[in-house]
Amino acid sequence: MSWETKARAHFRAELDSIRSAGLFKEERVIRSVQGAEIEVEYPPGAPPRKVINMCANNYLGLSSHPEVVRAAHAGLDERGYGMSSVRFICGTQDIHHRLERRLTEFLGTEDTLLFPSCMDANGGVFEACFGEQDVLIADRLVHASIVDGMRLCKAMQDTFKHSDMAHLEEKLIEHAGRRFRVIVTDGVFSMDGDLARLDAIADLAERHDALVFLDDSHATGFIGKKGRGTHEHCGVVGRIDIITTTLGKAMGGASGGCVSGRRELVEMCRQRARPYLFSNSVAPEIVAGALQVMDLVSRSTERRDRLEENAAYWRKGLSEAGLDLRPGDSPIVPVMLYNAKLAQEFSRDLFQEGIYGVGFFFPVVPKGQARIRTQLSAAHERRHLDLGIAAFRKVGAKHGILGLKRKEILAKFGE
Amino acid sequence: MDPMRQAILDYVKREYLEEDDDREVDASTRLISGGIVDSFSMVSLKRFLERKYAISIPDADASPEAFDTVESIARLVERFTAAKAKA
Repeated sequence: MSWETKARAHFRAELDSIRSAGLFKEERVIRSVQGAEIEVEYPPGAPPRKVINMCANNYLGLSSHPEVVRAAHAGLDERGYGMSSVRFICGTQDIHHRLERRLTEFLGTEDTLLFPSCMDANGGVFEACFGEQDVLIADRLVHASIVDGMRLCKAMQDTFKHSDMAHLEEKLIEHAGRRFRVIVTDGVFSMDGDLARLDAIADLAERHDALVFLDDSHATGFIGKKGRGTHEHCGVVGRIDIITTTLGKAMGGASGGCVSGRRELVEMCRQRARPYLFSNSVAPEIVAGALQVMDLVSRSTERRDRLEENAAYWRKGLSEAGLDLRPGDSPIVPVMLYNAKLAQEFSRDLFQEGIYGVGFFFPVVPKGQARIRTQLSAAHERRHLDLGIAAFRKVGAKHGILGLKRKEILAKFGE
Repeated sequence: MDPMRQAILDYVKREYLEEDDDREVDASTRLISGGIVDSFSMVSLKRFLERKYAISIPDADASPEAFDTVESIARLVERFTAAKAKA
């Protein structure tokens, strides 16, 4: 088949259908380092503009932290740029093991294995550990990478209503005959910002002899008094069998992820997880930077404390301005707009006011649940938040939604 | 509504709607394209049908289109139960 006679037309039509469905994603180009304030070229070709970033996963503000950058430079000098190998051939340096030990201590687990990303960790862990005799029972709002990982595994799959413990228990009873029943959940749910009820989940697991899998990517480094994660917040450290998490968000934001947990399960990943076996080692400079991040988060809780204060201030300010927020106590604060077109226009208007916040709509979130997901950072200063709240108030007033709740907004704009 | 459609509808409501969900669901409501059921959570519905009606639905037949309404699901089940009766 020639590309020009048939295939190009096919893919152009596919892309056009994505465009006409309003689902076409475009990148906005940043011309600065990641931070609370960034320079963005938008629309393409426009002169770069300084805006306040309200949509990064840079929760602890470490993406461009001078100590992390310095440590990464030193790592580059001392251990080189890349490993040109997967881990088990000739891609494991002393610093990879050092970082794995630090993560094990920090997460309160038995062992840890680094992956190129948490997407890869989730892609590999289920297939490596579970099989046809088992069942994976997932919260319906888990991250897409978990859905993909589960699909690669031969275990039976089931789901329970979001954070609905009664429904989860029904499923545990329904699948009582399976060898292993694994409860699968996120710690902090990325679209809504709410926390899993991990204490109740751990109790259910104990009562029904099940295992618990937790993806704590939106929690590691800042949820819990010492920032160890949702399991610390819920008082269940040591009771979670598998934790996956990322270095690509709060923990410096470069890349890399891990599977951490019961020693034998981590070892199964080392033997069998395909993204570990067939993809490159995390690069030395990133490992060196991440070790510095571990130092920073272990040394002091100052940054996670500031993040918590920022989130509370932001939530209070937007709420008083009359915006409709999803309730929660994480630094993910979704401003609910319900209508997809309104979310897109709102995001554009915010940008004009110097605030970078992205609209999310179906299929990323359910129909009629469109929103601007705002995310706080320890790098935000009070003035950033005040400017952001003023912008939301102004744009909210422009669209006439201040003080309105779901039904009223839907009545005005439709689904 | 016949007993099969009623049983499927009852299952869909119990399995997929939240307690505070005020959406009206009937035999023609779009479940997948309407965002009530997604491909990830659809597996339990397929398993329910297979168990209740003692059939096996190949993955190729369990398409989002076939599972989009209670009506289309019932027709799919009827096709498999009829094939089983013949065999």
